[in-house]
Amino acid sequence: MTDSQTTGTARVKRGLAEMLRGGVIMDVVDPEQARIAQDAGAVAVMALERVPSDIRRDGGVARMSDPAMIEGIQKVATIPVMAKCRIGHFAEAQVLESLGVDYIDESEVLTPADEAYHVDKWVFTTPFVCGATNLGEALRRINEGACMIRSKGEAGTGNIVEAVRHLRSIFGSIAEAAAANPKDLKALAKEMRVPKALLQEVAARGELPVPLFCAGGIATPADASLAMQLGAQAVFVGSGIFKSEAPEVMAKAIVEATTHFQDPAIVAKVSTGLPGAMRGDEIKTLEVKLAERGW
Amino acid sequence: MKVGVLALQGAFREQREVCEALGASVTEVRVPEQLGALDALVIPGGESTTMARLLGTSGLRDPLGALLRDGLPVFGTCAGLILLATTILDGLPGQECFGVLDVTVRRNGYGRQQESFETTLDVVGAPAFPGVFIRAPVVEAVGPGVEILAEHRGDPVLVREGVRYGATFHPELSGDLRLHEQFLHAARAA
Repeated sequence: MTDSQTTGTARVKRGLAEMLRGGVIMDVVDPEQARIAQDAGAVAVMALERVPSDIRRDGGVARMSDPAMIEGIQKVATIPVMAKCRIGHFAEAQVLESLGVDYIDESEVLTPADEAYHVDKWVFTTPFVCGATNLGEALRRINEGACMIRSKGEAGTGNIVEAVRHLRSIFGSIAEAAAANPKDLKALAKEMRVPKALLQEVAARGELPVPLFCAGGIATPADASLAMQLGAQAVFVGSGIFKSEAPEVMAKAIVEATTHFQDPAIVAKVSTGLPGAMRGDEIKTLEVKLAERGW
Repeated sequence: MKVGVLALQGAFREQREVCEALGASVTEVRVPEQLGALDALVIPGGESTTMARLLGTSGLRDPLGALLRDGLPVFGTCAGLILLATTILDGLPGQECFGVLDVTVRRNGYGRQQESFETTLDVVGAPAFPGVFIRAPVVEAVGPGVEILAEHRGDPVLVREGVRYGATFHPELSGDLRLHEQFLHAARAA
């Protein structure tokens, strides 16, 4: 028997993502919202100063949250606490790691800090989640050390259409890779700018080597069920809960719909008489498309 | 052998795969109708507060609790152990669920994710077992009927009370089937 122990391994970093499966990760901006989310059954909270719909409305540069705000949420949350850094902003990521957040989201919802490089995520003990719109982007992030991938649906819109596109694109490309012959796979890996071995692993498994969650535009229990039925393993809900008319009720309903996504009668029951969902936006009316950030 | 895997949330897929690899027929359990004629139950890792809430909303808490009190063999890993424990420290109010395994367990006893770790465990009957600990709970006390099957740094990490097994780590993520094999063997004999 040995007393030694090793932290920050790929196994424990990916493992936490696996523990979140079938759950709902909720954006919260203060300790009171964190408490509501936790009591409603969230598996984790994302601590940020403004939910995406407010970031979108306010404009300007969106940065990492004030550490005091994150610490306030850590004090009340017994479930994992995630926080966002800007794309490529490894110094913000270092700050979040020093605060002891459980997962770092290198997020397009904040204003990108680097036009060439994402954060080298292998060097961190804290695991990272990154957004992706297609398989190549997902694999580039995994190759940089991401331990969880989420879709990059247009945050803050309450419109699920973009997340659906991303999920369908990723699963469609995985199916293509699984059916491809070795020569085509090599060409595909080159086109995606990812190591051939990584694409071969995905082709052999028929899925990503890390969990794939849905994020962006989930505003109702049925949205969560749709994302899960399309193959997402858990859902992030940003503005959809605390911009709805009754956050506590909406949070509980989305949690139940995510677990029972295959059971329309339960999704119907939790959707019945639900106070208003967030208003939402048509994608074509947007001035800024967040999903286009990152590459 | 029919094994139910509680599938409200968490790593139920890995538990299913391990049990199937050992020849069990697995039912994912989300609603009371899926509880019929189980020979054993596995409760996966995940978020214990979420599972506790969903046990209530799904209507599973009472019928499942009755089956467990009647002696249904059960193996809880991490959050699953928390749901089985008689006493939970640092939980949410009212989180105690089944109370069928006589241990006192502290949620996130090692701290946050940065403290998650891997080690090698000397398990009774399964030497050099890979220990994967993720925001793991710590067993702080065990009742007189509880057997300690493995320890790490002086704390029990695998315990057994009759056919009720609890691990603070994740054998289902380790690729090593020996503990599930032990459990299913004990469940079959019960």
